[in-house]
Amino acid sequence: MYVAVKGGEAAIDNAHRLLAEVRRGDPAVPDLSVAQIREQMALLVDRVMAEGSLNDPDLAALALKQARGDVVEAVFLVRAFRTTLPRFGASEPLDTGRMTLRRRISATFKDLPGGQVLGPTFDYTHRLVDFALAADGETEPAAEAAPREDAALTPRVTDLLGRDGLIEPSPPDDGAPPGDITREPVDFPCDRATRLQALARGDEGFILALGYSTQRGYGRTHPFVGEVRVGTVAVEFVPEELGFPVPLGTVQVTECQMVNQFHGSRSVPPQFTRGYGLVFGQGERKAMAMALVDRALRAAELGEPLASPAQDQEFVLAHCDSLQATGFVEHLKLPHYVDFQAELELVRRMRAGFEDRREAAE
Amino acid sequence: MSGTDQGREVEGRRAVMALCAEATEGELARALDACGTPEAEDIRVPEIGLVMATGRIGGDGKPFNLGEVSVTRAAVRLGDGRTGFAYHLGRDRRRARHAAILDALWQGVADRGGVEAALAPVAHRRTEVAAREARRTAATRVDFLTLARGED
Repeated sequence: MYVAVKGGEAAIDNAHRLLAEVRRGDPAVPDLSVAQIREQMALLVDRVMAEGSLNDPDLAALALKQARGDVVEAVFLVRAFRTTLPRFGASEPLDTGRMTLRRRISATFKDLPGGQVLGPTFDYTHRLVDFALAADGETEPAAEAAPREDAALTPRVTDLLGRDGLIEPSPPDDGAPPGDITREPVDFPCDRATRLQALARGDEGFILALGYSTQRGYGRTHPFVGEVRVGTVAVEFVPEELGFPVPLGTVQVTECQMVNQFHGSRSVPPQFTRGYGLVFGQGERKAMAMALVDRALRAAELGEPLASPAQDQEFVLAHCDSLQATGFVEHLKLPHYVDFQAELELVRRMRAGFEDRREAAE
Repeated sequence: MSGTDQGREVEGRRAVMALCAEATEGELARALDACGTPEAEDIRVPEIGLVMATGRIGGDGKPFNLGEVSVTRAAVRLGDGRTGFAYHLGRDRRRARHAAILDALWQGVADRGGVEAALAPVAHRRTEVAAREARRTAATRVDFLTLARGED
């Protein structure tokens, strides 16, 4: 248990001044601008937005600058900032079917209506360090080509399979507002919408490891990437005073449709099941891992044996938030003097008793 | 006004709002300038807040909360009583206030053409950027071939 301490104000102030100077680094090296971080560390900014659960690239970039590049600390700053703001309401659901695509790939169908576009990807690079980047080299401009006629028609892969009933449909919209973990504490078991909110803001490393664990046999789901798409979608919100959806602008998101192990019974013909991932920014690894874990967490619903961590919603949801995790782990370094004194006393008393008993036995 | 007229009116207003939402502060300041920079009072001082962005399970199913977006809103009244509103992603109060004034102006049928003309450079830029993005994306379109497997 942590018992409050006092004192140390001067040392704490000075530590923060020192932190500010160390954060700046060598003053002979030019200061990083927020715009430089936003533009050139874009995937890091995206990760902070996803886990901070707040889409605001400039804010995330500033948080990263202040946090010296520490992701969890930047997430902490973003989450703290959001608590100072009023909430105007909830958006209309994003229509990812009308995304302006920057990237779209499928591992299940090579000839997809609308085609596959690789976009800006690390896939198929040789992972050789490019020393030219350290020498202020100019980058070659991107290639351009006329979009083919069908480029704007990009149905989801799951829609294609769904037409023939080969895959389960998405759970229907019953009109009820989804649960919100920022407003009410989570009660277990919780529904899939609540789980997806927690996974969308969950720590990428933790979700990735859990997704990986299902592939290695801890709750196997036999996944295929039906589709990964990255692009921009319009956000619309209906303000009370206007009564119609107002376009707020566009955000970049990454969506993963995982196509999984099929199920069937005497009454239901066999069909593929699904896992879903959606995150702010370009976060392919996170969206894929999220879809794997979403599917694993449906084990009970689909009548699969529950034996693995990734299938245990209380285990996954209670531990996937990097801010909660770091808060509890890092609080251990705060002064625990009173608590530890009590334990020290106890161990001393027990040792004295132990010595007495040993002497008596000799 | 009939239902369809009203629907068309809302669509026109939404189109202008969408344009303003993608414009920079400088672009909106220039558009206001072109409209004579009308005097406006704040019904609501520009305010930063949050909107919870929602997605749908599977892309088309039951909604869930994806995460919040920062939003700035503004509401203004012109001298002749017309009111205008703006809701924008981000935290730029001046930009939102400019957009609210343009929305108020657009409420007058006589000013519509003027507002849309003043925003034409934004529409032009948006079209150019989208077309360039589409061409660069199209250059990465891939056709995978499946190789025949050998005997094993």
